[in-house]
Amino acid sequence: MSDQTVIAVASILGAAIVMGLGALGAALGESRLGAAGMDAIARQPDASAGLTRNLLVGLAMIESTAIFALVIALVLLFANPFVVAGS
Amino acid sequence: MTTDLFGSPVVAWLGPVPVTTAMLTSLLVTGTLLGVAALLGRAVTEDPDGTGAAAARGLVRFVDGVATDAAGHATPTLGTFAGTLLLFIATSAVVGQLPGLRAPTADLAVTAALALLVFLAVPVAGIRARGVRGYLGHYAETSVFLAPIEVISELSRTVALALRLFGNMMSGHLVVALLVALVGPLVPIPLMALDLAIGLLQAYIFTLLACVYVGAAIRVGAQP
Repeated sequence: MSDQTVIAVASILGAAIVMGLGALGAALGESRLGAAGMDAIARQPDASAGLTRNLLVGLAMIESTAIFALVIALVLLFANPFVVAGS
Repeated sequence: MTTDLFGSPVVAWLGPVPVTTAMLTSLLVTGTLLGVAALLGRAVTEDPDGTGAAAARGLVRFVDGVATDAAGHATPTLGTFAGTLLLFIATSAVVGQLPGLRAPTADLAVTAALALLVFLAVPVAGIRARGVRGYLGHYAETSVFLAPIEVISELSRTVALALRLFGNMMSGHLVVALLVALVGPLVPIPLMALDLAIGLLQAYIFTLLACVYVGAAIRVGAQP
């Protein structure tokens, strides 16, 4: 195996691991936030408008960690600085 | 593939400056916003009870509310800054749904420029509100040794701001493109709706975070 093959295999493996673990963390965090949000809305239905807004903002903030993982995975796959172009 | 994912293709050269499609769509968004703003502004002065005037007032009130909620108290400058960011990013998300166009915010250069604006607005607002000494003093508020950490956190949150917006907009396009390629047309329509909703939500979040950062610089030392 040439060096470039090793780098390509490691990049693809790394991208898959990054995306899987990144999605796992974001899913766990979002599930906790969603459960807490539902609980809060069930206790205080009058405040559901503000709670829903904060819930959505929090979800998007947690989601961005998974998006960071996606960007890293895409950099590994398509813009890898260690892959020599044309090889 | 590489340039399509992280940047935009270059369509022309203005001397040594490349003109990318993201710059053209940004111009389109800016032009649309300026046109709508001129229309709404004339509606407010000429027909204060009409629908256009009500829409304009509602918009301004919404932006002011966002800025005030996030920053504690909003200055008119901060409200204008927040409105600029919110309207540009939201309109970009809508423009990205038009056939053949790609949201300018799905380009890392555009989101990096927006994040850089926020990064520069923090010291400008802080120095205007507190003076140079007052602003620089907050770096050593807790301890002098923590000042480098403060600087690093300002840099990293700027990078996070740019990457969050770029990743969200780009991934939406990517999922739609993958589904069209793998399954066929008309299938990704629900995902396009989700993409639009996420784009509008990200515009709100970007504005909210920008107001939080600028507001923290304005209020340095005001709270114990």
